Amino acid sequence: MLEGTLIYGFINSVILMLVALGFSVTFGISGVANFAYGALYVMTGYLSWLGLHALGLPYWIAAPVAVAITAGVAALIYWFILLRVRGLVVSEVIATFGVGLAILELFRYLGFIGFEYTLPPIIDASVMIGDTYVDAQRLCIVATGILLAAFLWFFTHYTKTGLAFRGIAQDERTALTLGINGDKVAALSVAFGAGYGALAALVILPLGTIAVNEGYNVLVNALAVCIVGGLGSTVGIIVASFLIGFAQILTATYLETSWMMIVSLVAILAILVLKPSGLFGHQKQLEERI
Amino acid sequence: MAQRKERIDRGIKVRSDDVFVLTSWREMLYLAAPRVVPVVALFVLGLVAGPYWERVLISTCMFALLAISWDLLNSAGMVSLGQALFFGVGAYIAGTLNHYLGLPPGLTIPIATVGGGVLCTLALLPVLRLRGIYFAMVTLILPMMIERVIEATKIFGGTEGISGLTTLGNPHLEFWLAAVVVFVALFGFRRMIGSDYGLLLKGINDNDRAVMSAGMNIYQYKAQALFMASSVGAFAGAFMTHAYQFVGMPVFALDYSMIPIASVAVGGMGTLAGPMLGSFILVPMSELLRGLGGLRVVIYAVILVVFTVGLPEGIFHYLSRKYNQFERWVGVER
Amino acid sequence: MSKEVILQAENLSRYFGGVKAVDGVSFSLRRNEVLGVIGPNGSGKTTLANLLTGFVKPSKGKVIFEGQDITGLPPYKVADRGIARSFQMVKPFYQLPAFKNLNVALLSPRVRRLAGGRYGDRDAVAKDLLEEVGFERDSWVISHQAASLPHGYLKRLELAKCMALQPEVIVLDELFSGLSLAEVASLVPVIEKLVHQGKTLVMIEHRLKELFRIADRVLVLNFGQKIAEGEPAQVMEDPQVKGAYLGSEAEE
Repeated sequence: MLEGTLIYGFINSVILMLVALGFSVTFGISGVANFAYGALYVMTGYLSWLGLHALGLPYWIAAPVAVAITAGVAALIYWFILLRVRGLVVSEVIATFGVGLAILELFRYLGFIGFEYTLPPIIDASVMIGDTYVDAQRLCIVATGILLAAFLWFFTHYTKTGLAFRGIAQDERTALTLGINGDKVAALSVAFGAGYGALAALVILPLGTIAVNEGYNVLVNALAVCIVGGLGSTVGIIVASFLIGFAQILTATYLETSWMMIVSLVAILAILVLKPSGLFGHQKQLEERI
Repeated sequence: MAQRKERIDRGIKVRSDDVFVLTSWREMLYLAAPRVVPVVALFVLGLVAGPYWERVLISTCMFALLAISWDLLNSAGMVSLGQALFFGVGAYIAGTLNHYLGLPPGLTIPIATVGGGVLCTLALLPVLRLRGIYFAMVTLILPMMIERVIEATKIFGGTEGISGLTTLGNPHLEFWLAAVVVFVALFGFRRMIGSDYGLLLKGINDNDRAVMSAGMNIYQYKAQALFMASSVGAFAGAFMTHAYQFVGMPVFALDYSMIPIASVAVGGMGTLAGPMLGSFILVPMSELLRGLGGLRVVIYAVILVVFTVGLPEGIFHYLSRKYNQFERWVGVER
Repeated sequence: MSKEVILQAENLSRYFGGVKAVDGVSFSLRRNEVLGVIGPNGSGKTTLANLLTGFVKPSKGKVIFEGQDITGLPPYKVADRGIARSFQMVKPFYQLPAFKNLNVALLSPRVRRLAGGRYGDRDAVAKDLLEEVGFERDSWVISHQAASLPHGYLKRLELAKCMALQPEVIVLDELFSGLSLAEVASLVPVIEKLVHQGKTLVMIEHRLKELFRIADRVLVLNFGQKIAEGEPAQVMEDPQVKGAYLGSEAEE
């Protein structure tokens, strides 16, 4: 019992982390809060479903293409919409929020609702860990989560683009004088974050069906983790997702499944009272921003 | 020869800025018309509208209140993505007081207005210390989470909600009350924004550090603005609860967050009258587009983006410019 | 200059992670004195201003103002006691006309208290103040939206905002930066007048020539530490200062 709880708590935490990473990465780099994140996440699911079932493509083509399209759409959103209102926080927030709503509700209008909208698991098997059955898809999620987090660290520390990302994140003006194109980097960061969300969608969505409401759920979870962990702090994201993830599974096991959302809500309210900038948030940075 | 467009205040506008306005009917009319005409128009509309459109007008007024509340928050530098929070909290307070304690609407609505304002302000108080998008993030997710919590714990009627609440009585009375409140809020808050208090709120929006270094406790002012805005939202929620005789999870739905923001975007930020104008365009339009079903939300979202990015001025600023200024092309030397 | 110490920093330190932005700085400021704070870029000057005015809380050390410990007070309380400051990055209240910018400060509890509980005709006071710092009174500039004012006027506006609070101490963070020689020359008398009125000034500056005309004493920071303090001429002779400050200046 306890072992199972721990395993599923771990998996749940990794899911939360995967979902939050993309949102946080974009914000951390370019200061753009992409409220269309949930919509892009779901869009990846529908796109790969369409690739698989409408076009009959094999999985290994459909899935990467869906991820690429999602990242491309994110970059286009930045280039054609956000660039025009860059620096105006109100307009940035409203514009991304509006775009996300439009995408999600368009899918709803087009009738993408039902149990047939599922993605195939990457590996269809299950494993015994101790006394607990774990299906391979969940192990896949854990592997992806660890891989993506590690890649993020490697990318921002050892590659040219990654270093440019960090440069912009730390001091945009100085970075500009060093010949880094701020708009390009910001567009890339939005695409990068959306790409992370898309990869997360590919591994997580097979656990259930692809649903429009999942887009809102993902946004809520991502924001919850970011608020608790501190915006833009990758360490904070990881710690917060493990805190919330385990707390949710523990309540689901010992209380009731339906109480899971209350745990997140309580976590947010508590952190807001105790440390409004989040566990690892840089209060100073937040105050200086805008 | 190159030309540029020149904008000049109309003579009548300049004259009516001054005390001479009292000596001339034309100038007085010029000042009074933009204020009186909408008021008269709304009440006449209410008289001629049938029962169906009268209800549409009532809900339009409530959306206008939410939009005004949004604009008020924004003028103090707080961007809300969750007007549904204020609306829903007000609605549930009124609904539960009426259902469980049997209080009449005459009591539940005032209690919900103040109580909702206090609750929302307390919940968001810690966020006021942080700038930027934090307020938007927290206001966006709180209503969504509360909705799920109600669904999970089945409190206050759970997914079914509470129905069979007391009405305000006469539907005409409902309309008159809604219309009066919306205009009182509009003119009252406009006056406030024009006063020294409004000056401080604008200052906080522009540069909060400078206001702090002028010896002003900005958190106090922000909390006051938040209380006023959330009370207005809570009133709208409580009013609608009694108008529909029902309260349930839909009061936290995204519609109540999005339509006010769309109204602000269409009407024009920072004027309070613009958002109201926006909701009087969008909400009735939504009734006309009822046949489109789910596509309506998509249309709203697109309108939201187009106006925010492409036409940030909004309709109200455009109209007031046309009313107060004339334009002409003048030649410029290269 | 009187003997009374008005503002005192004791072992003031602020660390950001491992970076010691300000490290153990102590000084005392007498009433009506002008203290210049100089140092190379990144030596902790702006952090020192933030520490004095409460925008940043010290990791260690104390700030004592008029005999009272004001360490850790929020900025608005510090300002309310009588320490005004200007910001290096000028950010006016964009939406408001230039003179209304001052009204924000003129509405503060401090100004009201000093005026005996009344606010008075703020618009007139604001316009007087702007004229004092060099705005042309009858021109359009004074009632023009702050968003479209040129940099020189914005800097003057910053100074006027400080003056509007009727403070005891004014901390000026690089007031002269970005101004032309003529503009600086026109501001120097304004500052001299403030000194004449009995105000105490802390001036963080890069423009040494103008600063040395005004300052009674200069404090030199390098890597967050105080490396010298004293009269301008004497400080510039200090070998450490030459190495740290002028050395880096010469390299540029």
